[in-house]
Amino acid sequence: MDQVDFNAPHSMGTTIIGVTYNGGVVLGADSRTSTGVYVANRASDKITKLTDNVYVCRSGSAADSQVVSDYVRYFLHQHTRIQLGQPATVKVAANLVRLLAYNNKNNLQTGLIVGGWDKYEGGQIYGVPLGGTIVQQPFAIGGSGSSYLYGFFDQAWKEGMTQDEAEELVKKAVSLAIARDGASGGVVRTVIINSEGVTRNFYPGDQLPIWHDELESHNSLLDILGAPEPMNI
Amino acid sequence: MTKSLDVPPKGGFSFDLCRRNDMLEKKGLKAPTYLKTGTTIVGLVFKDGIILGADTRATEGPIVADKNCEKIHYMAPNIYCCGAGTAADTEAVTDMVSSQLQLHRYHTGRESRVVTALTLLKRHLFNYQGHVSAALVLGGVDITGPHLHTIYPHGSTDTLPFATMGSGSLAAMSVFESKYQENLTREQGVKLVVEAICAGIFNDLGSGSNVDVCVITKGNKEYLRNHLTPNPRTFVNPKGFTFSKKTEVLSTKIIPLKEKVEVIEGDAMEE
Repeated sequence: MDQVDFNAPHSMGTTIIGVTYNGGVVLGADSRTSTGVYVANRASDKITKLTDNVYVCRSGSAADSQVVSDYVRYFLHQHTRIQLGQPATVKVAANLVRLLAYNNKNNLQTGLIVGGWDKYEGGQIYGVPLGGTIVQQPFAIGGSGSSYLYGFFDQAWKEGMTQDEAEELVKKAVSLAIARDGASGGVVRTVIINSEGVTRNFYPGDQLPIWHDELESHNSLLDILGAPEPMNI
Repeated sequence: MTKSLDVPPKGGFSFDLCRRNDMLEKKGLKAPTYLKTGTTIVGLVFKDGIILGADTRATEGPIVADKNCEKIHYMAPNIYCCGAGTAADTEAVTDMVSSQLQLHRYHTGRESRVVTALTLLKRHLFNYQGHVSAALVLGGVDITGPHLHTIYPHGSTDTLPFATMGSGSLAAMSVFESKYQENLTREQGVKLVVEAICAGIFNDLGSGSNVDVCVITKGNKEYLRNHLTPNPRTFVNPKGFTFSKKTEVLSTKIIPLKEKVEVIEGDAMEE
């Protein structure tokens, strides 16, 4: 029988997305963290804050990505508060991520998407995949679920979308990936970053569109049948 | 371009012996067995704080080495940590971080925070890249409120309202997923934790014996050791144990302790 391996590294199967629109960026992710075939956390938050205006989507090894974002948050804090005196630019944040990812490429296994807004260049998305490359893109996708989204984005991506269009696109894309990728699941989280600030949104399964062959979700039968007799000890 | 370095660059842990051990194991050498805590450990957040629970079986391969071990470790007066995985690793890492927290308390003059313990533990575990096999459920109540975290051997952490770890985690998680609600009372919370641990004890071979519970609230903690003992010894010899041969006393020598130096009340130390 296939034993659940509890010493398997905690990895985030994942679907992560970052999209620019006319005014800022929208970051999106699923919420499943798996240890082998067991779902260790079904409601994790893969969009982590680096500074007030820059967030990063994490994928790959949970430990590696958490440590990298902790270090970058620390460096950016020193850079902003102590040296610069004004909010860090997205480019600086993304390059700090890239330096850590590239220089430790033999020991790290994490793909990241850095997105944010600053007053010089507006909304920007930088992809930092496995080897430590840095590439600025109008939209970026990553994680195991992204394989199912390349065709979708080729068709659905448009230049100059509004905030609502961009968020709808991200929500739709993550839910499509969740439908097809076993390692992605849970809820869809989005973060919108623009000149006004940051908005976090959360879409549980029943608020997502239904795709081909999917069934409508309904509450657990326990709610309908009534709770069973509590176990007497 | 880069050829493999034989010397670890400037400090950091050297994993060369880990590679050598893997190679020997592949060649057929049997590694020495170590004590694992098969384990079911759980934690949940209730209305007033945190409840942690654990079973008490420690296994060495297929044998139960300790029928009543303690898996809920003290970290700080307001923070406790359940440990699953290799018993030595969980003991050592929780002891180490507990000492570091005490030094930090002396240094800052404040009550320890759960995120401090969390960061110290995750840094240590990440530095050893998963070779320190300790999977922990850390819970406590500090000035910022109640916190519950899970920490995996590779150094990743999750923050959750209810968590289970160990070989019995699937059994315990099934209980939590069906019955957990927010804002449980203390009685409901303890009952749910006991149910989850019992699910692990009775359905997982690596967990067994008794249930330990620890309730932490603001300013107060209760460590309920052996809160439930659903596995008592059924057949106990009524005669009890007698050891036939007593240890022989060969000779006796008594040396009374005499005062050699008289201790005088000295002056108080002056700056």
